[in-house]
Amino acid sequence: MATSSFYHLPQPLPLDSGQALVAAQIAYETYGELAPDKSNAVLVCHALTGDQYLASPHPITGKPGWWERMVGPGKPIDTGRHFVICANVIGSCMGSTGPASLAPDGAPYAMRFPVITIRDMVRGLVALLDGLGIAQLHAAVGGSMGGMQALSLAANWPERAARVLVIASTARHSAQNIAFHEVGRQAIMADPAWAKGDYYAADAKPDNGLAVARMAAHITYLSEAGLTEKFGRRLQDREAKGFGFDAEFQVESYLRYQGSGFTRRFDANSYLYITRAMDYFDLAEEHGGRLANAFGGSGARFCIISFDTDWLYPTAESRHVVHALNAAGAKVSFVELRAPNGHDSFLLEHDQLDRVVRGFVE
Amino acid sequence: MIHPNVKLRPDLAAIAAHVAPGSRVLDIGCGDGALMAELEAESRCDARGMELDGALVERCVSRGLSVVQGDANRDLANYPDKAFDYAILSQTLQTATRPDLILDELLRVGRRAFVSFPNFAHWRTRAALMFGGRMPVTRALPVSWYETQNIHHVTVEDFRDLARIKGAAIERAWFFSDEQQIGALAANWRAEFAVFELSR
Repeated sequence: MATSSFYHLPQPLPLDSGQALVAAQIAYETYGELAPDKSNAVLVCHALTGDQYLASPHPITGKPGWWERMVGPGKPIDTGRHFVICANVIGSCMGSTGPASLAPDGAPYAMRFPVITIRDMVRGLVALLDGLGIAQLHAAVGGSMGGMQALSLAANWPERAARVLVIASTARHSAQNIAFHEVGRQAIMADPAWAKGDYYAADAKPDNGLAVARMAAHITYLSEAGLTEKFGRRLQDREAKGFGFDAEFQVESYLRYQGSGFTRRFDANSYLYITRAMDYFDLAEEHGGRLANAFGGSGARFCIISFDTDWLYPTAESRHVVHALNAAGAKVSFVELRAPNGHDSFLLEHDQLDRVVRGFVE
Repeated sequence: MIHPNVKLRPDLAAIAAHVAPGSRVLDIGCGDGALMAELEAESRCDARGMELDGALVERCVSRGLSVVQGDANRDLANYPDKAFDYAILSQTLQTATRPDLILDELLRVGRRAFVSFPNFAHWRTRAALMFGGRMPVTRALPVSWYETQNIHHVTVEDFRDLARIKGAAIERAWFFSDEQQIGALAANWRAEFAVFELSR
């Protein structure tokens, strides 16, 4: 059974920018029972457009939790044994403080919200763990941006997690990663309805811009072979080309559907802030330019998993993390799994992934 | 003299029996992790592994071992000098692109190294080549020349030479035939497999 809660941070949350977030709150879901000695907590960190609805229905879309196949009773992350926590990151829009939240002056922050980093998100999560009285997690787990948070936790709060599982992720955003995010941000900011971020009281929201941002990003989550297999050059609801600009190809129709569906559940300004946080992410830079330094004090066990068709965070980025962990003498496992579906593979059916996650988290 | 655990391959059992308890160990080409599991369970070792085959890595990780999918020809470079008490290379030397460079890396990352390999000068191999006139397919080397991963066949005497060239001291050696340990006498004729413990 899932429990939905809010944690009100008792102190202002200090940020890497030098600012602080006052009266911040974190919305989170928990599954399973916390052991009396609080030793069985597993923190699952969500990705860019994810949320705390890890294994419970999404309140807006009504869809099952985003990792329901991985988390639950008897599943690889077993809620019968572990107390599983998933919190909405600060800057997001599903209940934790973000640009859509009200600032102390009673109006939405909008673009007055401070620029945050991955480490700021994790600082918020650590505050939540403090509030729950959890000194050390049994495991910190995350895919994609969730993996960045897990790495940041291990580097900056090395005593807070005994196991760190990082799936389809990276220790730094590459020029290509930043470039794709910039396309998305520019799409949002080019939408007249964005209105420099002050659209919360307006009739129209920058849904068109946000949808285009999502469409561009969605391509990076898939593989060329996956797209070809799923859509090829097939046409949508027509026999021949129409010599026009409707969504004639199935792949166009699919992307438009993904884009418009996304605008129902996500805030455009949150998209700007969170992509910015990811672009700023460079764990080595935070630690004197040498990634191995980030893990010098860590007694945690690490498991790094990549997918062979993931071109967003390719295996080379995972190897880079593994090499740094080796150099730091950390206990690390690494496996590149074969999967046809690119970056999104970590969310999809994959028996080998399940076995590795189960074996590592147990 | 050989570790009583009958589940381990004889060369691995010899290594397991001679790794000092509590050591830090890197098992290169660790396969399904049988030796690592033995060392962790029986000798309280801190064992790490490297394995090329992803399916084997998955089996290791799902049984709780710390194994990195990697290529010994390339990925050993990231470990610091003397990061381990022992670096172990079992039945992998003959598959390396440059066995001599791998040996250097073993002796760099480990204070000591164990190396095991099939001996190409075993009498069966010699006889197969001598009388058959073809690349030997034997009990110890069961795969045909065109699909074997063994691209650098080596003999006991070749290995002794390489150790000398590399300035490595041979601390101990064990020889096996028909799954049994045999003496060192005429090992280059009699041994199907050899295990060497080196230091530098």
